[in-house]
Amino acid sequence: MAIIEARGLTKVYDGLTAVDHIDLEVEEGEIFGFLGPNGAGKTTTIKMLTTLLRPSEGWARICGYDVVRQPDLVRRSIGVVFQEPALDDQLTGRENLDFHARLYGLSRREREERIEEVLRLVGLRDRADELVKSYSGGMRRRLELARGFVHHPKVLFLDEPTLGLDVQTRRAIWNYIMELNRREGITIFLTTHYLEEADKLSDRVAIIDRGKILAVDSPRNLKDRIGSDVISLTCSEPSRLGRILESASWVRGVKHHGGGLSIYVEIGEEKIPEIIRMAEENGIRISSITLREPSLEDVYLSFTGRSIREEAKPAMRHPRPRGWR
Amino acid sequence: MISLELQAIYVMWMRQLKRFVRVRSRLIANLVQPFFFLAFLGLGLRPISLPGLVEGVSYLDFLAPGMVAMSIVFASMFAGVSIIWDRQFGFLKEILVAPVSRLSIVVGRTLGGATVSIIQGLIILALSALLGVRLSPAGLVPGIIFMILAAFFSVGLGIALASRMEDPHGFSLIMNLIMMPAIFLSTAFFPLESMAAWLRILAYANPLTYIVDGIRGCLIGRFSISPLADLAVLLSLCTITMAAGAYLFSRSEV
Repeated sequence: MAIIEARGLTKVYDGLTAVDHIDLEVEEGEIFGFLGPNGAGKTTTIKMLTTLLRPSEGWARICGYDVVRQPDLVRRSIGVVFQEPALDDQLTGRENLDFHARLYGLSRREREERIEEVLRLVGLRDRADELVKSYSGGMRRRLELARGFVHHPKVLFLDEPTLGLDVQTRRAIWNYIMELNRREGITIFLTTHYLEEADKLSDRVAIIDRGKILAVDSPRNLKDRIGSDVISLTCSEPSRLGRILESASWVRGVKHHGGGLSIYVEIGEEKIPEIIRMAEENGIRISSITLREPSLEDVYLSFTGRSIREEAKPAMRHPRPRGWR
Repeated sequence: MISLELQAIYVMWMRQLKRFVRVRSRLIANLVQPFFFLAFLGLGLRPISLPGLVEGVSYLDFLAPGMVAMSIVFASMFAGVSIIWDRQFGFLKEILVAPVSRLSIVVGRTLGGATVSIIQGLIILALSALLGVRLSPAGLVPGIIFMILAAFFSVGLGIALASRMEDPHGFSLIMNLIMMPAIFLSTAFFPLESMAAWLRILAYANPLTYIVDGIRGCLIGRFSISPLADLAVLLSLCTITMAAGAYLFSRSEV
């Protein structure tokens, strides 16, 4: 049985469909990546799965419990690290953990042992008795991560766990996440718009765009789907060259991005001379050309037709009423 | 399960207390206003005589219970409304995703808010005694009962408002445009008997009047209304605001 299961899960806000009939199956023990640009519906999905929002349609079960009808049993089985920090910065790190552990009904002895354990795992033991106010962004994230699994959840939800962190801190957080998954066997459901993060951490990735899931598979299989090699080039007339290449039988796909093209092919090193020949015959000047293995970026591009970086601009948020409701 | 809910009430209460002790600036800010009124207005107008001020009760004696009530009402409102800040800073989600009922969360928060505001009220009371206010020792316990009811009423009101408000700025507007006039109209500053007839009607319609009258009656032995009427009105108002707070909070989404 899947530990997270959803069918036709939908959320409509004021006529705007944020999440559009998605189906999900996450197996116990896996790290499941939910990849998509800002505004794709990732956070809304997490809020429905964690009982904070009621779905407009469809259902979801965590550990077999329905998120609408059995919210308490769901809440007992999960840990959540939200996108925005959710710590009380007038309390110390240890007090934040203790507050949480009590809310989940851990006994005094369990609390003392477990809090030491999670603090060690995220490397915050020396700073545990300082006010969270004095913590850096990375320390806060680590503390929230620790808090997310203090109570031995079956599933840990991480909403953009490394958003706004520098590269080094991000890598450190990744290691903690993998360590956690390995040592405690916790199923992890994480959302991200960082391709590298989804690629590095996830056993399986779901690509979500405009509220719909476009593909679900392991990063390896997703990349294999679009071909074994990617040729990227910049040239004088990308749209015309694109049309010419699309008609070639050995081209599995062509995508435009910025001022260039990505061409998905097999045995790319043999295709480069061919592409150059075709461009010259048509009087198109190629200014650069590279061959590489497909990345998740290419996968994303091929499924959505857009680069995720172009999408990562100011978030398209769901409109929220201001002032009085 | 009952023990988990009690635990939730306890941690919510404890958190308010810890924050209260740590954020001294707010404590001082909350105490300064009633203290200044007490010291400057109370000592400055000490020899004044107003209709309704009985023999042997100075203006300072009259004003002190009003300032105790004011500090409790304002501090409790603030404690209730601070849910907005929890929402703003994300901490509310951490609480709402925990496997405890929202009722326990509201109860814990109400008890926490009431505790810290009553402490503030008692500090003002102690300062009044230092300034020479004559308090009736026998009225202290009933006075504290009125203070507790005042605190519950105001925390409930604050939580209800916070559940309907998205923007923390709305709160200062409410404090300035509604709560300040309400405290002036509550007999905290001048007796019911000295008010013009139309003001008196407003005062009777004002919940704070019953709070102030109840606390004053107990502490200095001079009721304008009657202890039982004060108690009955306050008990019903408390029930209403606390139920409204619990209901609206349990329905609010993050």
